[in-house]
Amino acid sequence: MSADTAEETQEAVETDPVREAIAKAFADHLGEGFIESEIIPGRDLWIRVDRSAWVEAARFAADRLGMTWLDFISAIDWLPSPFGRDMEAEQDWVVHGRDEKPVGEQETGTAGGDSRFQMMLRVYSIGEHQGVTIKADVPDDDLSIPSLLEIFVGANWHEREVWEMFGIDIVGHPDLRALYLPSGFEGNPMRKDYPLVARRVKPWPGIVDVEGMPDDGADDAEKTPVAESEAIES
Amino acid sequence: MTTDHITAELDINDNEQLRYIAAQAVDARVNVELETEGMTLNIGPQHPATHGTLRIVAKLDGEQVIKAEPIMGYMHRGYEKLTEVRTYPQVTTLVNRIDWVGSFANEVPFILAAEDLMEVEAPPRAQWIRTALFEMGRIANIMLFLGDMAVQLGGVTAVFYAFRDREFVLNQIESVTGGRFHPNFNRIGGIKDDLPAGWIAETKSVMQKVRDFCDEMEDLVVGNEIFQLRCRGVGVIPAEVGKAYGLSGANLRASGVDWDLRRDGDSRLAWKDLDWKVWTHPDGDSFARYWVRLQETREATYMVEQILDGLPTGPIMAKVPRIIKVPAGESYVQTENPLGVMGYYVISKGELTPFRVKIRTASFSNMSIAPWLLEGVYVPDIATILASLYFILGDIDR
Repeated sequence: MSADTAEETQEAVETDPVREAIAKAFADHLGEGFIESEIIPGRDLWIRVDRSAWVEAARFAADRLGMTWLDFISAIDWLPSPFGRDMEAEQDWVVHGRDEKPVGEQETGTAGGDSRFQMMLRVYSIGEHQGVTIKADVPDDDLSIPSLLEIFVGANWHEREVWEMFGIDIVGHPDLRALYLPSGFEGNPMRKDYPLVARRVKPWPGIVDVEGMPDDGADDAEKTPVAESEAIES
Repeated sequence: MTTDHITAELDINDNEQLRYIAAQAVDARVNVELETEGMTLNIGPQHPATHGTLRIVAKLDGEQVIKAEPIMGYMHRGYEKLTEVRTYPQVTTLVNRIDWVGSFANEVPFILAAEDLMEVEAPPRAQWIRTALFEMGRIANIMLFLGDMAVQLGGVTAVFYAFRDREFVLNQIESVTGGRFHPNFNRIGGIKDDLPAGWIAETKSVMQKVRDFCDEMEDLVVGNEIFQLRCRGVGVIPAEVGKAYGLSGANLRASGVDWDLRRDGDSRLAWKDLDWKVWTHPDGDSFARYWVRLQETREATYMVEQILDGLPTGPIMAKVPRIIKVPAGESYVQTENPLGVMGYYVISKGELTPFRVKIRTASFSNMSIAPWLLEGVYVPDIATILASLYFILGDIDR
């Protein structure tokens, strides 16, 4: 445990001048449209921009920073699932005769966020071997975002997927129709409040195996590969 | 009747035939100016060129494609949604089925992303074994392509050699992991088991077999005149267009882009400790894509041998808790998979299951260029181009 803490502090001290410079370039260029950036040194960079600066941020990344390789465009629904998602899932506990588990607060992840839906764009520079994840909040009362097709021709399918899975309108997309789902499908499956029907009609089979297990696993720890590796180390 | 007589007769017939063809050609020139009618050709969902169930609706003008559109979703299994109700160790079972001929490689980026969040690192021996199996997955995957591409163009022989020799590689993967296609062998913090006895020597002889197979393909397919005529200059992808569509892997390297995440990424797998070469080709056509993949397969066999020679000793699992709860955070890890760049954007909220997993698959982006690429080509070239892009449908639909 102490080794882990030492490693953490060491990592915290590390700086990442390259990624800091990229973040600063975005901040300088986008001005008020730039909201936040977050860097994990040596690993990754996140930028959060205002929706109005979404296209400009992508254009800046592609034209000025050489990030011309389109990795993906996607979205996140930050709503805590009303159905529960971990092993203590409400659905399963209710099936097993327990009380319902309260739904937690909505929290957003790296680089923050203010709204339920967030767009994600990942671009990468093949020359510099640097990538950046650009996020933009989509206001709850107006679920729409401008299309990036004019910058990345490959945005077409990614944006269609976002449209059908999250129900976020892509403004300026010429061909907005379902990519995967059959015609006549109702709802947006990737939204957290869209029930996974198979999961609701049947309790998760995994829970049966897990329930009887001791918390620390001290008794049968010796049989696990973990214990073996510990033995070799010590 | 002498043979001379027959030849003379044939000559006359040939001349007549030529005159007839010439007259036809004149007629054809007239016909070009007449009104023609478009036609819609439906390819798939069941077609050998589709590696699953991809459907392509092509609007034709004569033999030329005016507009082609892939229609997906026949195999959409909703893995991104399903990951939200699976614990982290269970997710590897799912993601094995994304690119089902190079399954081992699907697990690795997800496990690395989870390890990033948990700040766990697998011991060196585990990383090296992972790399070896990763590359063997690549070999098994691309061997299928090397045979299959020829079969799309009418050369049936190559695919039998491919299936025959791929089996040796799959046997080796099976003897370590227990699964021919779906190893499910990675664990957060390491791998499930160590290598069985005698495996290293056997694998080396298999790698030699794979190299022999590559030489065979070099003669049988690459050196084949018909193959070259069908592939050279067909489906040319300029590098900049490929990047904007998010193409990756051999598809982009065949357009002259010298980029391979195994060399250029910051992955902790053993690739950086090996001596190997990234193959590129300047042409960007279907032939280049085949050629690059062929070289990569051969290169991968040398990589596997180097790994087996330099395999470090030590444990194969790091210390991880019995029940895996991944701390809150976000992590994106991508690796150079057989089909191209595959990435997992994992968002955790400190629970037993991921909050959201965005799966970036190579074939999805590789296929998204198809409408652009198929425009204006002739019907037989559709098969060439689709085969040379090399996609696995599970990798498009997820």
